[in-house]
Amino acid sequence: MSKPVYGIGGRFAKWLISAPPLVYLLVFFALPALIMVFAAFRFPGDYGGLLPLVETDPETGKQTVLITLDTWRDYLTFENFGRFFEDSIYIELFLKSFWYAGLTTLICLILAYPLSWLIARSHKKTRDLLVLLVILPFWSNFLIRVYAWMIILGPQSYFSQAVNGVLGVFGIEPVSLLFSEFAVIVGLVYVHLPFMVLPLYANLEKHDMSLLDAAQDLGANAWQRFWRVTWPLSLPGVWAGVALVFIPALGMFAIPDLLGGTNSMMIGNLIKQQYLDSRDWPFGSVLSIMLTLSVLLLALVAAWAGSRGKKKD
Amino acid sequence: MALLEIRDVVKRFGDFTAVNHVSLAVEAGEFFTLLGPSGCGKTTLLRMLAGFERPDSGEIVLDGINVANVPPEKRPVHTVFQNYALFPHMTVAQNIAFPLKMAGVPQAQIAGRVDELLEDVRLQEFAKRYPHELSGGQRQRVAIARALVNRPKLLLLDEPLSALDAKLREQMQIELITLQKEVGITFVYVTHDQGEALALSHRIAVMNKGHVEQLDAPEHIYSYPKSRFVADFIGQCNLLEATVSELGPERMTLEIAGVGLCHVQPVAGAQVGQKGCLALRPEKIKLGATLPADDSDEVHFKGKVHDCLYLGDVTIYIVELDNGMLVETMLPNSAPGRAKFFDDNDLVELAWRYDAGHFILG
Ligand SMILES: Nc1ncnc2c1ncn2[C@@H]1O[C@H](COP(=O)(O)OP(=O)(O)OP(=O)(O)O)[C@@H](O)[C@H]1O
Ligand SMILES: [Mg+2]
Repeated sequence: MSKPVYGIGGRFAKWLISAPPLVYLLVFFALPALIMVFAAFRFPGDYGGLLPLVETDPETGKQTVLITLDTWRDYLTFENFGRFFEDSIYIELFLKSFWYAGLTTLICLILAYPLSWLIARSHKKTRDLLVLLVILPFWSNFLIRVYAWMIILGPQSYFSQAVNGVLGVFGIEPVSLLFSEFAVIVGLVYVHLPFMVLPLYANLEKHDMSLLDAAQDLGANAWQRFWRVTWPLSLPGVWAGVALVFIPALGMFAIPDLLGGTNSMMIGNLIKQQYLDSRDWPFGSVLSIMLTLSVLLLALVAAWAGSRGKKKD
Repeated sequence: MALLEIRDVVKRFGDFTAVNHVSLAVEAGEFFTLLGPSGCGKTTLLRMLAGFERPDSGEIVLDGINVANVPPEKRPVHTVFQNYALFPHMTVAQNIAFPLKMAGVPQAQIAGRVDELLEDVRLQEFAKRYPHELSGGQRQRVAIARALVNRPKLLLLDEPLSALDAKLREQMQIELITLQKEVGITFVYVTHDQGEALALSHRIAVMNKGHVEQLDAPEHIYSYPKSRFVADFIGQCNLLEATVSELGPERMTLEIAGVGLCHVQPVAGAQVGQKGCLALRPEKIKLGATLPADDSDEVHFKGKVHDCLYLGDVTIYIVELDNGMLVETMLPNSAPGRAKFFDDNDLVELAWRYDAGHFILG
């Protein structure tokens, strides 16, 4: 008898709890995304932004809708997408950004794996301290940390002088570390490293150490124990870290802006340029959509490859 | 020569001695059990055999080779871990194939060998399942198959059945015995369950506080415990305090204070006046309202029933002797419709033959 009452109460409570985040996501995520998609099909306005679809009479304040069944061709277009494919420069920029983000992800993974492993294996007390150290950089402002790298990589720094000193020994001309692809990668790796360490650590910390004993007992050497047991079991953590590093790194514009040279621009910079400098919102939207689509495509390919790999084994 | 020889092995953790001067030898093909209470050092000894711990002193000789400095992965010894330690990301077949892959067995031979083992442990239909899709008993069998697949010289099993319920444990015990006979591999089995040890083993080493108290065949351990600890730890046993009162070639006489004299088989080294205890198994004691005194080999004592425990197949009677000493006896309830022979406070008579018990000095 009491069951249905509970049921209704339960369902109601479920809705009540999930409503705020749902509304939040709809208003601040889904809606802007839709507006952006719509913008990609419109024409730029005379002074930037978008060509208005509604005209307001300055005197009477009366509004007329300009876009009608007859006139929609003057307001909606595929041209913006055409522009993206017309000039190879955009595709090249995409590929370069993928390369930067991919390289960043790989370096982060190589640096973070042993670090996470060490943290996960250390004593409880040291472990908490080490995790704190990993997230410590978040306590200071992102831009300030990037400026710090400008000083570290700048020509006056001991680091630069040491590098150029060593290069000098081999008779190589001094190089500028700052404003280069090198600086961009260093910055990207630096900023994203914690996002690789944390999911990996969370995963490695849960590993059952008796599995390694078992593997060793059954004849696996140190490398085989890693490759056959630890690595496959850590894959969920690896994938989480890869997603958390690769996707934000792909859209990054502040680091190439501050640390990069003229030729180390990324998609993020181009999108920012379209929106803010050229005030070409439709093309900016097209670039954003293409970015989102390419990441989705990549994720699908990865998921497909993953499921195929599993079946084959 | 024995397959495995442990010579005077000592293992300390800090100033705690976990394994204390243990020496023993295990023959090829033997089902050898280390039995002892929790914390007596069984796992530590086993981990030294597997190579995970190094003895502080002493030697472990396997097949004529001192393996002290051989790492676990290079020893022809495999372990069945207490929690099974199956690889969760591998199927049953992949788990079993693991040691073969590590040993570099050609791919073509692996599948056949894995199938053989799956058949041995009756898990053919489960080859493609993952460990989390199996029951406890099935996981257990996978762990055993995995440890046996590339024919180690020695299989170590650390309380492999302790996570299973009583019924399944009994079934797995039978399977283990059959499997061991079939594969002919030497088993070193660790348990704190004396029933399991008696049922499975060819020989048992009873351990206490890091050292071996007694090493014998199960029937010897049970019938002739060498120390109070062994007598008490293995099965139910009456330990009647007694003093040696007379020595003889065939039997010696004991005095049980306040009860009387009784005969036992002589014990080497016993002297008149020495104290000790008579270890007497409940099932070796006769119990009746009156018992015919026609056998001069028997001693008789009177007492009264203090308590009885009905266990279904048997009933345990705790009988109080004249001096207040409690003696545990049992009678099978084999007569049809019969639940009990006696009740509390019934007057009864006890009798046992001179060779029913066993005198433990000290
Ligand atoms: N790594 C270690 N460090 C310190 N002490 C240890 C260590 N390993 C075992 N010990 C101690 O050595 C003793 C024997 O431990 P062991 O695990 O061999 O017991 P066990 O006979 O297997 O007991 P159980 O039946 O409970 O498994 C215990 O008192 C334990 O506390
Ligand atoms: Mg143990």
